[in-house]
Amino acid sequence: MTRLAAGALAICLALVAGLIVLIAARGLGYFWQSPIELFELADGTRVLGEVWNWEPRPGGAGRRVRLAVGNRDLTGADFRWIDESEILRRSRPEDAGVFERLEWGKFYGFPAQLLRGDRIAASGAEVWKEIRPLLAEKAEVRARIARLHGGEIDDVNRELERIRIELRQLRRRGLADSERTPILEAEREEYQRRYEAHLVQLRELEDELLAETLVLRAADGSLVRLPAGHAVRAVRANRLRLPQRLGLYASRLAEFLLDDPRESNTEGGIFPAIFGTVMMVFLTSLAVAPFGVLAAIYLREYARDGAFVRLVRISVNSLAGVPSIVFGVFGLGFFVYLVGGSIDQLFYPDRLPAPTFGTGGILWASLTLALLTVPVVIVSTEEGLTSVPRGVREGSFALGATKFETLRRVIVPAALPGVLTGIILAMARAAGEVAPLMIVGMVKLAPSLPIDAHFPFVHLERKFMHLGFHIYDVGFQSPNVEAVQPLVFATALLLILVVLSTNLAAILLRNRLRRKYASSGV
Amino acid sequence: MRFDALSLWYGASQALDRISLSIPERGITALIGPSGCGKSTLLRCVNRMNDLVEGVRTEGDIRFRGGSIYAPETDIHALRRRIGMVFQKPNPFPKSIYENVAYGSRIHGMRSRARLDEVVERSLGAAGLWDEVKDRLTESALSLSGGQQQRLCIARAIAVEPEVLLLDEPCSALDPIATQRIEELMQQLKQRYTIALVTHNMQQAARSSDYTAFLYLGELIEFGETERMFVNPSEKRTEDYISGRFG
Ligand SMILES: Nc1ncnc2c1ncn2[C@@H]1O[C@H](COP(=O)(O)OP(=O)(O)OP(=O)(O)O)[C@@H](O)[C@H]1O
Ligand SMILES: [Mg+2]
Repeated sequence: MTRLAAGALAICLALVAGLIVLIAARGLGYFWQSPIELFELADGTRVLGEVWNWEPRPGGAGRRVRLAVGNRDLTGADFRWIDESEILRRSRPEDAGVFERLEWGKFYGFPAQLLRGDRIAASGAEVWKEIRPLLAEKAEVRARIARLHGGEIDDVNRELERIRIELRQLRRRGLADSERTPILEAEREEYQRRYEAHLVQLRELEDELLAETLVLRAADGSLVRLPAGHAVRAVRANRLRLPQRLGLYASRLAEFLLDDPRESNTEGGIFPAIFGTVMMVFLTSLAVAPFGVLAAIYLREYARDGAFVRLVRISVNSLAGVPSIVFGVFGLGFFVYLVGGSIDQLFYPDRLPAPTFGTGGILWASLTLALLTVPVVIVSTEEGLTSVPRGVREGSFALGATKFETLRRVIVPAALPGVLTGIILAMARAAGEVAPLMIVGMVKLAPSLPIDAHFPFVHLERKFMHLGFHIYDVGFQSPNVEAVQPLVFATALLLILVVLSTNLAAILLRNRLRRKYASSGV
Repeated sequence: MRFDALSLWYGASQALDRISLSIPERGITALIGPSGCGKSTLLRCVNRMNDLVEGVRTEGDIRFRGGSIYAPETDIHALRRRIGMVFQKPNPFPKSIYENVAYGSRIHGMRSRARLDEVVERSLGAAGLWDEVKDRLTESALSLSGGQQQRLCIARAIAVEPEVLLLDEPCSALDPIATQRIEELMQQLKQRYTIALVTHNMQQAARSSDYTAFLYLGELIEFGETERMFVNPSEKRTEDYISGRFG
């Protein structure tokens, strides 16, 4: 029997470990730069790319190689398969490079010329010498553009929106010709002027991005012009030494973790999705904990055992079995339309018909998930409460404590490990749930994070991104599913890590509490 | 404190049958009788601990200082505060040793840390536990041994200075030295408190109590001064039990 149990446990652990290893192996390789190889074929074509894998030729003898060839703007495909028998020669040309672009993904090829305006500044392999400082300079310009967009221009937009709403308010109250109106109009003009000034600035910066052009030559000889400001990275892959290769790996990993996504999520980073997931799980547990714990205390300690309580128990337990999408629909109908709609009517009438809370957002998503996970918390809190020995209760009552004091000072603290177990389970469930969120506020691409530097700093009405949805979106909805597969695995790995680390944190907290209170019994 | 024809039922089974007796103030009354005869039940009636048990029904009354314990207008929390209890099984709270002893005082509104410290030290000292735990007051009470836990429960009960102390076999888990210390403690406490003591130890009952009540199958068989009961019991069953012929 022990053997059987141990065996089952070992198999479970092996499955989990295997899953993580598989996902990690397929995901983490994505950031590694392999050498770039040039294949010269029997029919005279030349193909440049990274070897993805070798596989047996379908329906025939021999092998074929799958090459990641990039250059989506020229060829329209990310991969190319070549039969081994057609290959005449393989080489790793020194001055070949991979260019990561803001648009169209990677380009594999050779630098031909660097143009400053119309003047040729460098040509051939010479270009490599110029590229590094040039791209660093352009990255700085792009950062400035982002700052301008997110900072000054955003501020001006906000002010304009405020003025617009205030004007509307005045008009609605029939005060359109009060003395406030001209003040507002003047203000608006001022901001409008500033806005235009910023636009000019922006245009200058954007011109700066286009000031230099890289002319790149693909393996087949066709030329592509790439504005230097639109190149994220240029890597001379066949000249990299190990430390540089590792540095490149780290920089790509950092980009993945910390940047916003580009190219409909298939490039760039996933930071907003990480942030959204963590924040949503956090909000969910914040909502579910008091609610579930109070409900459990009521059921276990106060309610008289009768038909009603039994009915409530049955309902709570069947709640746990309702398909999650149903909760999503409920969340949409109840939280978004009813509660959110009412909030808009009451507090934001001037912004209508544009909804504020009357549309999906991180608050409604969290509350929907709280509802979904509340049975877990109720059940384990009840278990925790039941596990407190009766003698302990009586000891407290015998000292003249009221029921409430006994609960607050003795029973709930003693039941805390059970409560936390419930919250941990709820968090794990919440982090893994995707379906119901699709209709209550989760989006493919959110323009801004739910927390930022603008008052009131936490914007619970905002839409948010989520790792689970990101996986779905990138993995199944993007045009080049095959090419982004590693990215999907990397994102999945990250989702697992986020779930594991939130759980781990909660478990550590629980163990600390346990140690604080007891060595046995409770 | 006077019991007036007190009967108690657990559901359909009767555990106490018309018990009437007076427990004198400032003395120790021992309750003896074979296991299951209703000693704990009787004790738990005094601070209405049985209210917490499902399906309990009582008849009769207990009078205490001119009031009725079972009257509807009795403030049960105030009552329990005046009537402390030590249970048969040690039941420390899953909290630190300090918090266990300070618990009663805290819920009755004592905030000052200095006064709580004083209460804790005095109560633990009185229960003969201070020297053993004074360096580990913040440790969990559940890390104490069974005997230490029982003494902690005694300290916890006397910390709120009740008028009556109900002790349900307080020495069953203790070694002879600790038992002797508890007995000395009872002798001190009886100067100020009324004590009811359940015990299976006839020597202890004879040594330390002033009055003895013998219960058998939920009925009070005999009640009187300890000396007289042990020397010259008027009931045959009392004599048999005391001399160890049954029970
Ligand atoms: N909570 C309860 N529910 C039902 N019956 C109970 C309950 N508590 C005690 N009884 C019954 O009441 C009777 C008296 O029990 P009680 O605990 O008062 O005995 P006791 O004299 O204290 O015995 P011991 O010396 O073993 O502690 C027993 O028959 C017991 O089975
Ligand atoms: Mg008993």
